[in-house]
Parts: sequence; C-alpha cells; structure tokens
Amino acid sequence: MSNNESGALARFGVTDREIEQALGRVKVSTVDYADLYFEYCQSESVSMEEGIVKRATKSVGQGVGVRATAGEKTGFAYSDELTPKDLNIAADTARYIANSAQGTVPVPVTHRPALARNLYPHDRANIEVATRDRVTLLNAIDAEARRYDPRIKNVMAAYNTEYKVMLVATSDGVMVGDIQPLSRLQVTCIAEENGNRQVGTFGGGGRIGLEYFQNDQRYLQFAREAAREAILNLSAVDAPAGVMPVVLGGGWPGILLHEAIGHGLEADFNRKKTSAFSNLLGKKVASEVCTIVDDGTLPFRRGSLNVDDEGTPSSRTVLIERGILRGYITDKLNARLMGIPLTGNGRRESYQSVVLPRMTNTFMLAGESDPKDIIKSVKKGLYAVSFGGGQVDITNGKFVFSASEAYLIEDGQITRPVNGATLIGSGPDILKQVSMVGHDLKLDEGIGTCGKDGQSVPVGVGLPTIRIDEITVGGTKA
Amino acid sequence: MTRVIAEQDYTNIAQDLLARAKNHGATAADVMVADGETLSVQVRMGAVDRLTKAREKRLGLRVFFGQRSASASTSDFSRDSLERFVGETCALAQAVVEDPVSGLPEPGQFATDFPELNIHDATKLQTDQQIDLALRAERAAFAADSRITNSEGGECDSSSGRIILANSHGFVGQYANSSFSLSVSPIASDAAGMQRDYWYGVNRAFAKLDSPEAIGQEATRRTVRKLGARKVSTCRVPVIFDPEVAGSLLSHLCSALSGYALYKGASFLVGQLGQQIAPDFVTIYDDGRMPGGLGTRPFDGEGLPTRKQAMVERGRLASYILDTYSGKKLGLPSTGNAARSIGESPSAGPTNFYMVPGTTTPEQILASVKQGLYVTDLIGFGINMVTGDYSRGASGFWIENGELAYPVEEITIAGNLKQMYANIETIGTDLVFRGRIASPTVKLAEMTLAGN
Repeated sequence: MSNNESGALARFGVTDREIEQALGRVKVSTVDYADLYFEYCQSESVSMEEGIVKRATKSVGQGVGVRATAGEKTGFAYSDELTPKDLNIAADTARYIANSAQGTVPVPVTHRPALARNLYPHDRANIEVATRDRVTLLNAIDAEARRYDPRIKNVMAAYNTEYKVMLVATSDGVMVGDIQPLSRLQVTCIAEENGNRQVGTFGGGGRIGLEYFQNDQRYLQFAREAAREAILNLSAVDAPAGVMPVVLGGGWPGILLHEAIGHGLEADFNRKKTSAFSNLLGKKVASEVCTIVDDGTLPFRRGSLNVDDEGTPSSRTVLIERGILRGYITDKLNARLMGIPLTGNGRRESYQSVVLPRMTNTFMLAGESDPKDIIKSVKKGLYAVSFGGGQVDITNGKFVFSASEAYLIEDGQITRPVNGATLIGSGPDILKQVSMVGHDLKLDEGIGTCGKDGQSVPVGVGLPTIRIDEITVGGTKA
Repeated sequence: MTRVIAEQDYTNIAQDLLARAKNHGATAADVMVADGETLSVQVRMGAVDRLTKAREKRLGLRVFFGQRSASASTSDFSRDSLERFVGETCALAQAVVEDPVSGLPEPGQFATDFPELNIHDATKLQTDQQIDLALRAERAAFAADSRITNSEGGECDSSSGRIILANSHGFVGQYANSSFSLSVSPIASDAAGMQRDYWYGVNRAFAKLDSPEAIGQEATRRTVRKLGARKVSTCRVPVIFDPEVAGSLLSHLCSALSGYALYKGASFLVGQLGQQIAPDFVTIYDDGRMPGGLGTRPFDGEGLPTRKQAMVERGRLASYILDTYSGKKLGLPSTGNAARSIGESPSAGPTNFYMVPGTTTPEQILASVKQGLYVTDLIGFGINMVTGDYSRGASGFWIENGELAYPVEEITIAGNLKQMYANIETIGTDLVFRGRIASPTVKLAEMTLAGN
C-alpha cells in the first residue's frame, strides 16, 4: 500500500465517522484549519563494535496529534491512546485557542485516491529484514575495514530502519495516507599509529531496504570509505585559519546550502520577519552561476515524501534562480498567512510535534566548469570533501559547517590533508562568492538529519564541485 | 487530558513483564516505565502563538538470554500487545551475538535509600497562568529597550513525570519529578541588521523560577549589546568564556569521560585516569543527589544509587563517567551514572556536573585581559572527540584594555580540548545552576581566532 488509507485506518482502529466527528468538534467557525494526524512507527537498530554485534533495539509507537489554527495561533494536543474519547479530549484541547465551545457538525472527509507516483515503493519484508541478516552484514563490514589497513583498531557500525505509516485527515475535507520506509547504515573507524588516534566515518541510505546496501556489495564500500578517511587523517596537518578561497566537493558538502540559505528561506521565519532573508524576494542573493532547488519528489531519497504531513503532495521549488531569490518553502499555516504558494514542505517529527515548514532535498543545479579546472584555479586555499554537522543563526544569517575531510590546495594542486575545521560565513552573502560551479552535481549518500525547534526530520542535500572565492576557515594555524 | 491511573498499576505492569520475559526463557531482565504530562505555551508579539498539551507513557524492556541481550520499547500497554512485545524482544535477543561483559549489576549493589531530593513540585499551572507568564516575559523584553523591534516569542512550559524501574534481581524503584521553565527570545534591529538572543529560567520548583520581568530584561540586555557586531582579524589571544558557553566546555568533558567513548578508543582522554589534565585550581564534581538539581535522581538507569563524586580533583582526573557495562570494559566499578532512554540499553552520562567556583570575580577576569575575546555564543559541531580538535563559530565581544570594546561575530575559535583544559588560567566566582551542567566564567590563556 503506498497510499491505502483504509488499510492504514484499520491499523489505527478508528472509523471514518469518528474522525469526522473529532474534526467537527475542533473545526469551529473561528478555527481556520484543523487536522488529525495518525502515526504508527516501528524502528529497529542493530549495532556492532569490537567485532561483535552486541546491541539490538526495537521501538514501536503510535498516536494521534490534533491541531487547530486560528489566525497565527496554533492549538495542539496529542495522545498515544486512539479511543474516540481520547480523540475528543485532544480535539477540545487543540480548540482552546479559538475560545469557542465545541463544534457539533462532523466535517466530511473524502479518501483521496493514491497518487499516480510512488516515490518509494517497497516490499515490507525488505525493510523489516531478519536481525540475523543485519548481523551478517555488520560482521562483513568489520572484517572489510580491518582488512583495508591494519592500523584500523576499532570499527563501529549501526544499521537502522524505520517503518512509518501516517494518515492525515484535514478540515479541507481530505484524508490521505502514506507509508514511509527509511534505512540508514553508518560506519565509524578508529585508526591508530604511534599514539596518534583518528576517526573516519561513512554512511548512507534512504527510503529503501536492505537490498540497496547489498547491491554491488555497497556495504563493503561504506567500510572502505570510513577506513580510508581514518587512515588519511593520521597524516593530517593543522588546518589554516583565516579568509581564503575554498573548493567544496560534490554531494554532502551541499550542507552549505541547507545552513546558509535553506533555513533562512523557510516561510515561518520570513512571515515573522526574523530571517536575514526577509524582504529579499526578487533580490540578488547569489552569483549568477547559482540555481538552487528544494525537491521532495526524487525517488528513494532520504528527504523525499509522496505527501507532506498535511497531505499536500511534495514538489520541486526553485529557491534561487541564477542568483535571484525566487521563493520560500511553505506549510499550510504560513502559505495562508503570507498569501504565497503551498509547496508541500509541511513536516513534523512525529504525532507528538507540530508541523513546520522544512526542507526535503536541497541542492544546487550543475554548472559548466570542469571540476579539475576549479581546483587548478586556486593558488592557496582549502578543498573540503566531507563534513560533519552545521548550524545557522537565522536572524543574523551567520552559519557554520565543519569539515571532516579536507586538503590544502597549493598552486592549483591538492597537497596535504588537514585536520577538521569549521567554516563560517554569512548566508545572504556567501553565495555571491561562488565563482565557479562544476558539471558534476552529486546528491549526498543519505545521512542527513535536520533539527529545528527540537524536531528532527530526515533531509537530503546535493552540490556540484564549487569554488567560493572567500570564506573564513577556522583552523588553528594563524 | 486527565486519565488517572493508580500508581500501583505501572509497578504491576513492570512485574508482569519481568514474569513474562522469564516465561519466554530470559535469564534476566529489567523494565523501565515513564509517564508524564506537559503543557507548553508559546506567545509571540503579545498573543498566543502555540499551545501544546499532552500526556504520554512509554515502557522499555531489556532481556538477557545468558550473555545475549536486546532492548525494546512501546507506548501500547494493552495486554495482548505486551505479550507480543515481550515475545519479539526475546526473539531479538537470541539473534545477536554473546557479549561476555553484558548483564545486570550484581545483587546487593542497588539503591536502598530514597531520600527526599526536592525534584518534584506538585504545583499545577493553569493554561491561562502560563500564557500570562510568557506574555509578561515578552512584554518586559520589549519594555527594556526601544531597539527591540521583533520577537521569536516567549515560552512557558511545565511538565511532570514518573520513572519506574524494576529488574529480575528484585529491585523496584520509582520517583517523580517536575520542571518549570520560562524563556524569551527578543530581536533587536538597527541600520546594520538584526540580532537575536534569549534568556531563560528553569527550575524543578515553580516558586523558585525567576520572575518573567527579570528574564525579559536579561534577554534584552543580551540582545541589544550584539547590535553592530563585526568581524575581527585572525589572531591568537586570551579567550574568556561566559558561564553559558563555559558550560559547553564541561559538556565536552562529559562526552570524553563517558566510559563508552573510552573503551572504544573514541575519546581524547583514553588512559588519562589519575593524570593531571588541568591546573591544580580546577575541581569538578558530579552530584546526583544535589537537592532540587535538574540532573538529580535517587538511582541511576540501572537502579544503582547516585552520589556526589569528584571528577577532576585539583586538576587530576579522578573519575570516569561509568555504568556497569562500560565500567567492566575498563575494569572499573560503575560510578552510578547509567543514563537510560526508554527502550535502550544504558549509556553513561553526568547528573549535576559542575566546576567549583574560583576566587576571581568576572569583572576582575575581564580586567586582566589587555586584548582578547569574550565569548557569549558558540554554534556548530566542530569537535572531534577522538582527537580533541575544537573549531566552532563564535560571537561575543572584543576586549580592549580590560573592557568590552565592541561586539564581534562571524569568527571561529579553535584549539584542542586537551590543551584547552590545561590552559585554563582563571575561574570566576559566578556559578549558577541553570541546567544539569554548570560552570562559572572561565578564562583560557590563548586560542586561535579566525576572522578577516
């Protein structure tokens, strides 16, 4: 079932009639919009360290979140019990913001037929694979990483899967469901030589199952990549400090876009005028070689969604077109209050959290430069290919992201690896510094998790090789 | 959402699960049940923005089959679901490999005394009361300075909950706790742009929560002083961490002292127990029984008694942060620091972790710096726990001749945590607990600042 609501409803043990009554109770005349979000989520994790798979955990949860919005106000309640009584209590709590007695007229809802597309068709058995199959996979990873180099002293790997069934019924009169599988494999290696200890990581996944990792023995590739990064860092020198040109490699370094501009273009901050990008629509915020989109419609990607958590089909939104700021990403509340298009970016971590406008897969389109020429163009600078996390202060636009694998560029040549360093810049300015964009657009491997307002959601990023003329590199070597 | 369940029920459910696990062949097991309710109110620009109310419950089961083990959690407490849940958890345990170190703590180690720790205040706030507190905090922020032109809002939260832990060695313990918090995040603007900061109060007792006026005024003071911030040139200078960001240095220390990071070789403090890691005027405690503390609890995530212990004593690393498992891996006893998320096996974490204040006032510390940086905010995740390499985005103030000269932003500070702890030069007198981890002002002799 991709969008089989009746199947999902059966799982939740709630009837259409009960849903319509609860919606009617909350959707009084002073409430602009209300929805009921049902969720069942099962997650499993198996992890390995010191050569043994010693941890297995499983979590099962379900519940309903009831939300009402009136003007800028949101009332929200959730419950892990799904009886009609609990639905009604939640509906009454959510309605508190409307200062109104309970509604008595049920809101009719129609089951929306399945979308023609299913971005992540799956076989449940492939998501919920037997624990012993995961154990086999993790054991092979350990062996492969140690085989790569005897200086690899410890290997840690974890395989996580999630199987989420959601169903949202809205006061717009629709009911739509989705099943959202999610898997991730993460490998960490520790290398040691003469008391120098270094770490390397690699991971990936998406809305896919075990066979993705088994195809072409991709899991062994993960092991080798993590081992390679750890060994490489054994010979790293101190990172430079100060302003310099930086070349970002393709894929995960796209976290730059997520932090520098993505968050600043989420509609809620712009409605409240608390973003450094407020009032910049139609203005130049990047150099002409930059076109950036948020696209929730890419098959099997970690950030993709058939429908968002308000039942809106996901879409591709152009954020920046040839340097000009074109649009914000929206949920229903902010699209309505701002009078701008609904983009299908209303997301929530779970039934226990409210919907916020969030990114899906955010990336820069390919340019025309040859990546080799981009490296060659730099006399003295940094080439960063892998990153840890990043963060942004929405209001002043300052953002950081931290390199975990980076090299010095000297006279157009990649020379020595350097220790990790944080890069810092200003969102509305940094993309004006992008002078070359490679033809090698690459999406990340599928490891991103974005935090906002205490809620985590899976996201994707992507980037071709780019040259940033000036950014501050926070190394120790002044 | 009032659904009153007799307290006894959860202990019964826990005992019932232990019995069922035994029936499935488990040789040992423990069960943790948590239940709580929260009311969260957010206001913005003088009106209610978001109201969230919930009551939730969850239980976690860990089973052992000899030395194989697995953990699972569920929010569905119905009888049929629980039977299936126990069966699945037991099946999971039998699919993993034997781990010779695994197991419950030995009988006889469990907590037997449950002193009054003042972590539960039964005060029930009304929704309108919380709305009023949040509105007052935001109003005070606006009233304090005309340059406050916008707001991310004020928030007032209250929560209370219960934890029940039972295991097959016969340990049964439970405690209740509560939390009340109030915060506001004003935005100041001038011709150069916008700046945001925030301030907050959090306490287990409602009566001890800071007043909304005090919180609003402090939030505004912290925000407007950032207006006009600029970059400075790359240099090596002394750096003063205000108490909020000094606490983050202690958080990193906790991560490095976690037994799990240590036995995996994933900490820059591997093998440092008993060694001098900081100057002799540095003493750090972890105190799980500090009355009213935000990290206080009578027993840890395995049922072992919590206690007060020196972690760093006159600069010498006196203890790691251990639960039973990570302790065994390192050949040491648990320090009563098992942290537990429902449905996970234990990890090791601090309770109330703090640096003992020094004798120098924050003003005297500032006066001691001719040129340097006073840091008030740090962002990003540029910390490598394996090597200790540290590089984070910073903002704060440039210090000129012992005084805050002007605000700075878009810079990084970098160093190595191991050297940073060794380079602590002065500790302030200003220790205030505003979380589980607390520090006075700390001055480091020198760090690399990257800017223009």
